[in-house]
Amino acid sequence: MARVGVFICHCGSNIAATVDVARVAEEVGKLDHVAYATHYMYMCSTPGQELIQQEIREFNLDRVVVAACSPRMHERTFRRATSRGGLNPYLMEQANIREHDSWVHTEIPVATDKAIEIIRMAVAKAVGLAPLEASQVGITKRCLVIGGGVAGIQAALDVAEAGYEVVIVEREPSIGGHMAQLDKTFPTLDCSACILTPRMVEAAQHPKIKLYTYSEVVEVKGYVGNFQVTVRRKARYVDEKVCTGCGTCWNICPLRPREQEDGTVKGGIPSRFEAYVGKRAAIYVPFAQAVPLVPVIDTEHCTWFVKSGKCGLCAQKCPTKAVDYTQSEEIVTEPFGAIVVANGFDLFDATVLGEYGYGRYPDVITGLELERLMNASGPTHGHVLRPSDRQPPRTIVLVSCVGSRDEKAGRPYCSAICCMYLAKHAIMMKEHDPEVEVYNFYMDIRAGGKDYDEFTRRAIEQYGAHYLRGRVSQVYERDGKLVVEGVDTLIGRPVEIEADLVVLATGVTAAEGARELFQTLNISYNQYEFINEAHPKLQPVETNSDGIFLAGCTAGPKDIPATVAQASAAAAKVAGLLSKDSLVADPMVAEVNERECVACNLCVTVCPYKAIEMTRTRRGKAVARVNPSLCKGCGLCVNACRGGAINLKGFTDQQLVGQVAALFAEPLVEIEEPSNV
Amino acid sequence: MTRYAYYPGCTLEGTAREYDASTRVACAEMGVELVELQGWTCCGASSGHATDYWLSLALPARNLRLVEEQGFDAVVAPCAMCYARFRHTVHDLRDPEARARVNALLDAPVRGEVKVHSLVDLFFQEEQLAALREKAQRKIDGLKLVAYYGCLLVRPPEILSPDDPEYPTMLDRIIQAAGATLVDWPMKTECCGGSLALSRTDIALELTRKLLEDAVRRGANGIVTACPMCHSNLDTRQGQINRHYGTDLHLPIFYFTQVVGLATGHGVKELLLDRHLTDPRPLLAEAGIS
Repeated sequence: MARVGVFICHCGSNIAATVDVARVAEEVGKLDHVAYATHYMYMCSTPGQELIQQEIREFNLDRVVVAACSPRMHERTFRRATSRGGLNPYLMEQANIREHDSWVHTEIPVATDKAIEIIRMAVAKAVGLAPLEASQVGITKRCLVIGGGVAGIQAALDVAEAGYEVVIVEREPSIGGHMAQLDKTFPTLDCSACILTPRMVEAAQHPKIKLYTYSEVVEVKGYVGNFQVTVRRKARYVDEKVCTGCGTCWNICPLRPREQEDGTVKGGIPSRFEAYVGKRAAIYVPFAQAVPLVPVIDTEHCTWFVKSGKCGLCAQKCPTKAVDYTQSEEIVTEPFGAIVVANGFDLFDATVLGEYGYGRYPDVITGLELERLMNASGPTHGHVLRPSDRQPPRTIVLVSCVGSRDEKAGRPYCSAICCMYLAKHAIMMKEHDPEVEVYNFYMDIRAGGKDYDEFTRRAIEQYGAHYLRGRVSQVYERDGKLVVEGVDTLIGRPVEIEADLVVLATGVTAAEGARELFQTLNISYNQYEFINEAHPKLQPVETNSDGIFLAGCTAGPKDIPATVAQASAAAAKVAGLLSKDSLVADPMVAEVNERECVACNLCVTVCPYKAIEMTRTRRGKAVARVNPSLCKGCGLCVNACRGGAINLKGFTDQQLVGQVAALFAEPLVEIEEPSNV
Repeated sequence: MTRYAYYPGCTLEGTAREYDASTRVACAEMGVELVELQGWTCCGASSGHATDYWLSLALPARNLRLVEEQGFDAVVAPCAMCYARFRHTVHDLRDPEARARVNALLDAPVRGEVKVHSLVDLFFQEEQLAALREKAQRKIDGLKLVAYYGCLLVRPPEILSPDDPEYPTMLDRIIQAAGATLVDWPMKTECCGGSLALSRTDIALELTRKLLEDAVRRGANGIVTACPMCHSNLDTRQGQINRHYGTDLHLPIFYFTQVVGLATGHGVKELLLDRHLTDPRPLLAEAGIS
């Protein structure tokens, strides 16, 4: 006979107002195996915990049942109290008589009876509890950062400053991300590159940071503290160690863009960095301040690759002989203890919404394209010119919410940044030329950040941008002008504006390839392919996989201040994790009885955490084996196993059957006490 | 030969008889066999669907049941209003509860599984366009046409599934395949004001004028439509608009089936092109199409 102590909590009036706790203590005190039962005002308080410790010794208890709130709240508290009382902490079972009982019932007799039943079940389960030992695993004190935008750079710098090695993997040829493409930032109007490039340089020169640019994560194995990550380093066809970034190659490439006297450009290949409104050569760095300042060859256009071996000019002229057409991609696998996912975002494809004419009319552009046209290092040297005829626009219409807050476009969420960047565009266009007329069609102005609303008011009041509250129904061309039809809901009339340039505030979408990356990492994401935080309020930088953290727009639209704050928060979490020498693994995990296992592989396929592998015993028998560091104790494999060969420690089949039997008040099976208590 | 149940609806027997005539001609040319549905009744457009939701489903459902009973798996409704009502009904009847409720109103139950075609969607399939290019022997490139879709053919997109609800190209491609000169037209889905024709004639006139003037400005000498409502609004109001605004509009409005008929060598009388209020015959003569 076990000696179970039952501790019933009042939780103030949360439980005691609906459950007659004194009667419950009296009734459960009569149960088999129960050596002691009591009730107390707050079991989680210091005196409550001390009560548990004291009575374990006083009554020589060997099991503890705490009937209180959900184990999600205080399981740890009561395990610790049990441990301090001299028992193995896993000999504590928590019965939930609050969420499952007092909070959902109103009549005292009913709730009281139910509390007795819940505790009876918990006692039955407690009798079958075995002591468990938490195992320790070592930690690799290195951090991987996926994505080299401002989020990744910030996280990497903070982790490196805490003293740990960091590797940034960036798939573009340079770090910098979208922020490097922007002209100015709201609401301060600092030059985006001016505040970002020092950080890029700092990251590149930090002794603890290693950059893998033009590289992608292809495989992630292992678990918190011990990840094995495989990275594909795409061939640049330029030796990073030898190249000095002198620029000879991209200035002599026959496919380079050539600016004519009238400002038009001949030749060149549309540049992704320039949002495809500017051009580059076939061997190129995306922008002048690229880090590393090492070019890549675009093999889809380069004459050497397209016409097998013709040209070769860049290799010939390179002063350091860094160009190497035979270079091949490199696959590297490295160990990491923690991962920060900061793979950023992309912008909504406006061609999906036919009414705006994007892709049909050259003078309908996106906000990002305007950033490049406004930027001094952009294709028009900072003079905003219409793409169609290179004339400065006199009338500009800004359209908000293109692919945001739009059920029809499958994007019901707000992109959080567009209201602000449109206000910035309005101010910048007026700064460039006070004579231009700027119209902004908006749904609502969402300017909830520090100094944000003031900034928008400035665009309207000081700069005279015309804000029209309403949607644009369509844009079409008429006699060389773009006609924007919309509605001004404040005056209740349709309006028509003849514009020279229409700027669409395209919304934030998940980065290309985000879903594949998240599947590789085994982290959960929503229907828009943004990562689900482990808890939206209390764990905003954690994913549902231990040791994998997030920062920036990968979890949803965000502006730069929020992104940087999140990156630093993720870095703090990483530093906290890496500061430990070992991790304690939860012992409530699945375990395979190798004698019963028939190696059918079903458990391997159902495991959501990739915690089970097929292996062989020393005698060569094929069996499934659970990696206790990866297992979350979800129990899926236990259900899937046809031979009943898997058991979940702390939730054995026998315990659960005992619990069910106790519900019906008579034992269906005899509960056997483990002998090793 | 593909065989379909044919639902002309009231318009194609009344104000849009020329659509009926040209539909039969065009389908015969394209190897589409139309068999008129026996015993068809009102689709419930306008008056029916404005009165009661269940009536708006029951009226088309009765006709869909006839399609099933007469052994067809698809029905063609050239009139955009009938087409929209049928598609709405098929869509809403997918819900078993709605189907049960509608069936309780009918003499015999409908399964609601037949396909509903607008005729435009049959003609703009790749193989049909290729066949049309081959059969279009008569030179009609003197017709500079814009395609007008209006609303009923494309909205709501989740029920009618056009190629692009904001910038459809179905009629455009048929016009091109028939050999007429296509004029790209951004106003192709703008409202013609048809539903306000009687209650707020001033708005209807303004909206229609905008369409007609813009088409002329872009060099079109005719508008192509697939909707009897659009047709009647654009065709019959030109005199009124000219009087009201002092304009001089005379822009023939064609059904797309008439364009297909002309391209495949059929005559004015056969296609009832002499029935339009805005007479297309001077334009046809000018374009060398007799």
